[in-house]
Amino acid sequence: MPRKLITRRSLLTSAGAALATAGSGMFSGATAQTLAPTPTMRGGANNYLPGAAIVDRIGGGGFWMTGTVRRAGDGAPLSGQRIQIWAHTTEGHERDPQSHGATLTDVNGTFRLEMPQIIPAFGQPHGHLAYDSGDFETVFLRPVMQSPKDTSLNVDFVLVPV
Amino acid sequence: MIWTAVFICVVVPVVAATLSPLLAWRSPVYIVAGFAGIIAMTLLLIQPLLAGGILPGLNIMQSRKIHRVLGGALVTLVLIHVVGLWVTSPPDVVDALLFSSPTPFSVWGVIGMWTIFISALAVLSRRRLRLAPMTWRRVHMGFAVVIVTSTAVHALQIVGTMEPVSKGLLSFLIMVVTATVIVGRSRAKAS
Repeated sequence: MPRKLITRRSLLTSAGAALATAGSGMFSGATAQTLAPTPTMRGGANNYLPGAAIVDRIGGGGFWMTGTVRRAGDGAPLSGQRIQIWAHTTEGHERDPQSHGATLTDVNGTFRLEMPQIIPAFGQPHGHLAYDSGDFETVFLRPVMQSPKDTSLNVDFVLVPV
Repeated sequence: MIWTAVFICVVVPVVAATLSPLLAWRSPVYIVAGFAGIIAMTLLLIQPLLAGGILPGLNIMQSRKIHRVLGGALVTLVLIHVVGLWVTSPPDVVDALLFSSPTPFSVWGVIGMWTIFISALAVLSRRRLRLAPMTWRRVHMGFAVVIVTSTAVHALQIVGTMEPVSKGLLSFLIMVVTATVIVGRSRAKAS
């Protein structure tokens, strides 16, 4: 199980959310159980190529992009959801078509796609993921690896039905 | 002695960057864009030395002439840097230019770029501006401080081809040398 990525942004976001919740005095049971949707990240859609094919593996592999897809509110796992993935890797730039691929979530709402090693590009070792299939609101993510040497990256989607 | 030290400080970071493993996975345009940025940064070490007339063997007129030429080179290198990055990944550069990039170093790069351009424009229109020499000096030094500081912060936050130790030392040196020259000139003027 890859460790959960806690970035400065996610830390600030969750800390800010916790403060807002505590300050509002609305820490009721219902509020605590509501799972907030994942917002699109800045730059998340950069170099997106719509309609990446579902593949067993992007290129030669060696790096694992993993994650979960859940429904906002009740947190129910969403199966069969198409997640598109691209990055600057040892086998190509972000814009290159061979750097793009897609996979589907399993019955537990998890996905796992092997791809070439992600290489720092434009100043940060990062990947791109998209949910853009229409049933839920589109989300573009741009997670940053804690170290350029990491060989996996875990990303969680919480989607809102359209 | 000073020349040797300057030569080493300029060449070592550039050579160290040529040894980066990241280059193997970058297109030629991306590599050129990166090195244009690195070389431009090394020029920021030479510029204050020339402005202060510190380099031995050059009189102040020669120093200033080279300072002006290198200023033009800086503008050219920054343009190559930005255009090369734009060719490599247009949306990332558009985000940076619009100050909406997710990467914290982009904003410093764009501030440095605009300050270099404005500084160059001010130099070209110096006669028309008709500023008193003292005012001109203060304005030009103000630009220099912004350019050097934003470049150092920009470079330090990037995970890229520059080797971290040589990058840290170069960042430290460009700021210290710029500050030293500015303080030295202010003292010379006061006495």
